[in-house]
Amino acid sequence: MRGASVIGVGMIPFGKYPDRTLADLGWPAVVAALKDAGVAPGQIEAAYCGTALGGMMAGQRVLGRIGLTGIPVTNIENACSSSSTALRQAVMAVRAGVHDMVLVIGVEKLTKFGGGTLPLEEEDWEVRHGLSMPALYAMRAQRYMHEFGATAADLAAVSVKNRANGVHNPDAQMRSAVSLEEVLASRMIAEPFTLLQCCPTGDGAAAIVVCADAVAARFRSDPVRVIASDLTSGRFMPGFRDMTTPEITVRGAAEAYEEAGVGPGDIDVAEIHDAFSIAELLYYEAFGMCGRGEAAALLASGATAIGGRVAFNPSGGLLAKGHPVGATGAAQVVEVVRQLRGQCGARQQPDAKVGLTHATGGGISGFDHGACSIHIFAR
Amino acid sequence: MSDRPICELTPGPDDEPWFAATARGVLLLRHCDDCGELHFPPRPICPHCFSDRTAFRESSGSGTIYSFSILRRVAVPYCIAYVTLDEGPTMLSNIVDCPFDRIAIGQRVRVVFRDSANGLKVPMFAPG
Repeated sequence: MRGASVIGVGMIPFGKYPDRTLADLGWPAVVAALKDAGVAPGQIEAAYCGTALGGMMAGQRVLGRIGLTGIPVTNIENACSSSSTALRQAVMAVRAGVHDMVLVIGVEKLTKFGGGTLPLEEEDWEVRHGLSMPALYAMRAQRYMHEFGATAADLAAVSVKNRANGVHNPDAQMRSAVSLEEVLASRMIAEPFTLLQCCPTGDGAAAIVVCADAVAARFRSDPVRVIASDLTSGRFMPGFRDMTTPEITVRGAAEAYEEAGVGPGDIDVAEIHDAFSIAELLYYEAFGMCGRGEAAALLASGATAIGGRVAFNPSGGLLAKGHPVGATGAAQVVEVVRQLRGQCGARQQPDAKVGLTHATGGGISGFDHGACSIHIFAR
Repeated sequence: MSDRPICELTPGPDDEPWFAATARGVLLLRHCDDCGELHFPPRPICPHCFSDRTAFRESSGSGTIYSFSILRRVAVPYCIAYVTLDEGPTMLSNIVDCPFDRIAIGQRVRVVFRDSANGLKVPMFAPG
């Protein structure tokens, strides 16, 4: 099977753009990715566009703005995994030899909902009974604290680290550092989460140019190889809950490590789905960075800070960079590719060679999460 | 301590017997006659083994709080929880009739019923 490489990435700074259309959020990210790759629009053979709430024909709306039209465009909805799922479709098409050069877009405009929590599917049993994304993660946090003795300060320390990383990322929505005291003293949203432990809502777009390994060197001297491209869905577990084990991520991580032929000790940099503070701690364990119940100690040791053994969310993660749902997966790839190229300045993980992205989401009854897409990259 | 207003609920074609039971103060689970597993919410096809030989079975209505959170940034703050029923299944619900600061993981609770906006009885849980 042929390999696939990333040769171009681009994004717009995540933030609130109530006056811009979805299409106008998206096209500047596409232009940036094409320029980064040194690829002309006419060389793109197909496009895959991820958006969760952007409505019909998002890819065509974005690409119509720059005349990149008349090619196969596939629009993909998979909640928070939408654009990472789009990347997997792109990688599969390149690996299969269907296309040599394809484009991935992630785009979302959440300001159109006027703020508040993400609108979930109201026909769902649990949603009708008061479930929201903060509520779901909050119950995970409460159970984790109960089982493993983690404290409110342990959770808040995730926000402190990721907000500090975001200071150095010009594409981040939140660019100020916060102290542990500020995190704990911010407004209570869903116990134990205070406001600063919840990712901000906002708008954004990111784009990726993927091509066959064989042609990558024609465009860049530093292509980043895709060594794992995994997608899985949650196992429906009626009436069963172990909220301290994110089963979908545990399975996805095992699949991705096997495909890439690497293990937790090989990862230098990871952009993972820290929608709420507890998530990053659960995912340290799910990705095998530490044992069960050891996540808070791992964070406190500095191992997951920039310069540590494996930098988690050097971009600032969802907590600082922001989380325009459908754009998140693609934006994680933008960061990891820049890290592997050594382009990240003050937030650069030294000598990063192998990087990982992880986007998971979808709050529906009976599932840990609905979807999870994990990619591993190497230079 | 407060009750979340429950929106108007529209029962699906398979839900009528379930809401008929809640109107009598009874919580129904679904049992599979092939694999013997219970599940919730009730489905016509067993989600464990794909059998269509499923039937309603009464729950004792007693359980234990698996986890919970107090939702503060809403019009009426409420306590959401996963309650593990004594029969095994864990269900999402709300904890009512209890001050927020007295709710704990592991606490024993019993089902109570609250009215939705259109008068259907919805199971929630209270200490006891």
